[in-house]
Amino acid sequence: MTTATDPAQTRPAPPLWLLAELTYRCPLHCALCYNPVDFASHGAELDTGTWRDVITQARRMGAAQIGFSGGEPLVRDDLETLVAHARGLGFYTNLITSGVGLNEQRIAALKAAGLDHIQLSFQDSTRELNDFVTSTKTFDLKRRVARLIKAHGYPMVVNCVLHRYNLPHVAQIIDMALEMGADYLELANTQYYGWAMLNREQLMPTFEQLQAAEATVNRYRERLGERCRILFVVPDYFESRPKACMNGWGSVFLGIAPDGTALPCHAARSLPGLDLPRVQDTALTDIWYHSHAFNAFRGNGWMREPCRDCDERDTDHGGCRCQAYLLTGDAAGADPVCAKSAHHGRIEQAVILARRPAREVEAQPLIFRSRDNSLRLA
Amino acid sequence: MNAPLQDHHASLRPHLRTMFRLQWEDVQDAYVLLYPEGMVKLNPSAGEILARCDGTRELDDIIGELEQLFNASNLAADVYRFIDHARQRGWLD
Repeated sequence: MTTATDPAQTRPAPPLWLLAELTYRCPLHCALCYNPVDFASHGAELDTGTWRDVITQARRMGAAQIGFSGGEPLVRDDLETLVAHARGLGFYTNLITSGVGLNEQRIAALKAAGLDHIQLSFQDSTRELNDFVTSTKTFDLKRRVARLIKAHGYPMVVNCVLHRYNLPHVAQIIDMALEMGADYLELANTQYYGWAMLNREQLMPTFEQLQAAEATVNRYRERLGERCRILFVVPDYFESRPKACMNGWGSVFLGIAPDGTALPCHAARSLPGLDLPRVQDTALTDIWYHSHAFNAFRGNGWMREPCRDCDERDTDHGGCRCQAYLLTGDAAGADPVCAKSAHHGRIEQAVILARRPAREVEAQPLIFRSRDNSLRLA
Repeated sequence: MNAPLQDHHASLRPHLRTMFRLQWEDVQDAYVLLYPEGMVKLNPSAGEILARCDGTRELDDIIGELEQLFNASNLAADVYRFIDHARQRGWLD
């Protein structure tokens, strides 16, 4: 995937991936959620007609993948209608769900609507930890939903976000995914945005935990081959080069929040001064090609030292803008994950903190994602 | 070149695995292979080969059609090589 290097000279490529965050309502209360902490104070959700129109516009522009996400997208009773609309236009349709609300009737209706794939999240291989991290009793339900997904012939991706509590269970998590018939397993280490950032100290693993987990994953990969692909996303705090966040700003990814705000990345709302456009006010082509927000960090014209003259600037695009802002207060600076950043020490400090004795970390309570907590913290 | 195919007990009528969908995309002016949360843009020959892997055509027929399409002969080795690659990537049964 190449990106335009100068938006003034080259028209950017169209978006390929439309993430439809239908709602921030969610029956789970995961302490590692990347949703914005102040979600409860956002505006009303888009109605069905507006979503249909957004989906149509994105498909015309060239987007081919759509993710229905949230929050929990199944709390919207128009999910089937929107899936059918997207599939009818030629989108590959992905449902990203906790499983809560996915019963026999709805999964059959989604199949009839043409849903292509379901990604089901687990938080651990044990009921105790799954239910603790989500602050719900949902482990058994998720196991039942996994059987339902396979019984209806869907490809199934199992997703489990990793952190210091469940990293020691990686082998058991892989065994569970295999037993359930997962086609892919995503083991994504926690990214520290939203609620996960609030709980960063408690969730941050040690380097030794990560090394052990990665070695386990590699052993399984050798054995499994094509039977089940395992994706292991290393947490960038342990790297010295930043991730190519979003494959570049305004390059591939177009997210739409429940209230219609268009997002160049999931966490873009945390950045100051972006003036994010809304789909109710502006056509999607204008948002993608012409809005200030989508051009703010497109290409490399916005870069400063050390990114501007760096050999890797078109590979990692300077890393994550939101992380640069969250950790240094400067959205146009290098992502501090990069060892060339003057602020790389802040990343190292957070990692060193994770070496404190477990007792000390666990004495601090996790802050769970809930409407009450959101209103309190907003 | 042909020996590994026999080892695979390859289907003579190759078809895409169910989680994959092949689709022509006007905007990209190419065939793309879509799968859960991902997409591969195919070069023209790869696209034309996969477009014929629909479970109804024998491999020999696919080669014949492609030789006609590209006005070429002796494409068999290239097609075998690509089919082998596509199996390794998990695209084809």
